[in-house]
Amino acid sequence: MSTTDLPTPVLRGAAPAHAPAGTGHLRGTRSFPAEARDALQDTQLRRNLGKATGVIRAKRQAVVDEVPDWEELRLAGSAIKADVMARLPELLEQLEANVVARGGTVHWARDAEEANATVLRLVREAGADEVVKVKSMATQETGLNEALEAGGVAALETDLAELIVQLGHDRPSHILVPAIHRNRAEIREIFLREMPDVDPDLTDEPRRLAMAARAHLRRKFLSAKVAVSGANFAVADSGTLSVVESEGNGRMCLTLPETLITVMGVEKVVPTWFDLEVFLQLLPRSSTGERMNPYTSTWTGVTPGDGPQAFHLVLMDNGRSGVLADPDGRAALHCIRCSACLNVCPVYERAGGHAYGSVYPGPIGAVLSPLLTGISGEDDPNASLPYASSLCGACFDACPVRIDIPNLLVQQRAASVESHRRPTGQDVAMRAARVAMTSPGRFTAAEKAMSLGRVLGGRSGRITALPWPASRWTASRDVPAPPKETAREWFARTRPGQER
Amino acid sequence: MSAREEVLARLRTARDAGAPRTPLGDVPRDYRRRGEHDPGSEGALVQLVERVEDYRATVTRVAGPDDVATVVARLLEDASSVVVPSGMDRAWLAAAGVRVLVDGEPDVLDVAALDAVDAVVTGAAVAVAETGTLVLDAAAPDQGRRALTLVPDHHVCVVRAADVVGTVPEALARLDPVHPLTFVSGPSATSDIELDRVEGVHGPRRLDVVLVG
Ligand code: SF4
Repeated sequence: MSTTDLPTPVLRGAAPAHAPAGTGHLRGTRSFPAEARDALQDTQLRRNLGKATGVIRAKRQAVVDEVPDWEELRLAGSAIKADVMARLPELLEQLEANVVARGGTVHWARDAEEANATVLRLVREAGADEVVKVKSMATQETGLNEALEAGGVAALETDLAELIVQLGHDRPSHILVPAIHRNRAEIREIFLREMPDVDPDLTDEPRRLAMAARAHLRRKFLSAKVAVSGANFAVADSGTLSVVESEGNGRMCLTLPETLITVMGVEKVVPTWFDLEVFLQLLPRSSTGERMNPYTSTWTGVTPGDGPQAFHLVLMDNGRSGVLADPDGRAALHCIRCSACLNVCPVYERAGGHAYGSVYPGPIGAVLSPLLTGISGEDDPNASLPYASSLCGACFDACPVRIDIPNLLVQQRAASVESHRRPTGQDVAMRAARVAMTSPGRFTAAEKAMSLGRVLGGRSGRITALPWPASRWTASRDVPAPPKETAREWFARTRPGQER
Repeated sequence: MSAREEVLARLRTARDAGAPRTPLGDVPRDYRRRGEHDPGSEGALVQLVERVEDYRATVTRVAGPDDVATVVARLLEDASSVVVPSGMDRAWLAAAGVRVLVDGEPDVLDVAALDAVDAVVTGAAVAVAETGTLVLDAAAPDQGRRALTLVPDHHVCVVRAADVVGTVPEALARLDPVHPLTFVSGPSATSDIELDRVEGVHGPRRLDVVLVG
């Protein structure tokens, strides 16, 4: 269902809402094709991405293959998330009650601006003008660092990759490895330029660079009064929060400061402690390709004598209610941000994360960003995102919670078309295709649509003009016509043994 | 309307507007709860050793509690000071020639004191063979508050065979969610620079496991 199909609410204030424009990083300034055209010129970026995605894909496949019940875990993960969406308000109230009962404080935020303002107020109340931060998609989404800076509070990213991005005055390009677009020589340059007390003889050996970051952050960790984190999971029936990480910077932030402020999207709640047994198996293997990530921390409210003695949880909507109102689109809220779909996506591998404009790149970003913001019209950069895919289906196969991303992409293409002020013949065709493609039997339908593409492609086998907004994409390069066999079949035939 | 009321009202409206077309069934939980090896069995121990070593941590197996002190002393050869939680079995340190600080006796150590210590020795609540994971429970007297196992650069963790289970579900079933818990799988590591794995950024850079029994 597109965003225009929302029922007219009786109570205006209670209407599901999109993330308001103007705050945060859910939308870029240029369309995907324009961004991708520039990215495609950057051979360094393409080489880095190609290597990174290839390595992570192989690692992931190896550790997924050793789990005999992987499909059962995926089915459970998917069903738990669907259940969460069906009971979201009640689960959040239960979470709130348990966090409060254990000495925490819960705050609610309608949107990014309110979340940022709440964090800023809490930091000031704690008497701090500096915070240490654990890598968090939620606070990237809200643009918290900029908001804190505007309020006179310095926010220090402590994840190594986020630190590289922050010191480089740059944007993250991958959910898991945000600085993947930077090579070691560039990182050395950034450190020499931006770290005041760095050893001038620093080499570009990764170990030396990591130790420079350790030295740079150590003092901050030991003296910080306030930390800000996200959350991977929040357990409703116990009030337990969880952060999954590798470097130990998360543990530092979650353990040493006096005050901890955690910002999470409302969709991160899970009903019970035993649901974590599913996600703690699915997430690390899908994400870094490890059996388990080095550190997972769980905490519940405040524990006297251990860790922060003040704990604040900020529960944020920022467009999620708008996504929840869409019976199919709500599946995008199932995402556990593992980044597996990025690493298998042929479009992401070439275009890189910056091309998507939003903090959520890759296949999931191509649906989640327009779902969260809504599509405001044909000039909305997010209107072009659902076209940033070949619909090959690899993202669905990789997704640990079985989000049917290709189906959501097709629906968001339709929403994109519906945002036109004047419908064209192509729009009518797209609406018709949407009906065909959202019915059961996605691949059969998609293959039918592909045969149609072959007709359009004519003898040359190339489509040189696609309907808007993909037309801006084809303006710079020919798109090969969909082949006689699907991309999945082609991968299976030509790369046996490799992951699709 | 307060932010709380408004967010909850929006979510209620949205949930009902977007209710699934077919009712949700029960969550299918056909995944494995138990591993192929029984808790504490030789198979589980062998698997744990293999998986922990895969993270470039060391594991030393000893026959019984009496042998722990010898191994701990060897692992602490390079250390001049060590911190332990107050409830830890002091016999484990009997052979180690290091200065021993006990957190909580007589005082809780501040971070600066922890930062000056070379190593920490603790027990573990449970270990997961299939993933090579140790779980530390901050409420357990031999594991200590979270900062203890975080700030010193070297962690020696003593694991009892009976606490080794096969799978993550078996481990969670033994844990209390309201205690602060830390799941440790190898030493701290980063792969953020060209995906080259570097051990030890902020947590302990060295993890040694002593498996008893
Ligand atoms: S959509 Fe699925 S594969 Fe992609 S990041 Fe989210 S959980 Fe992972």
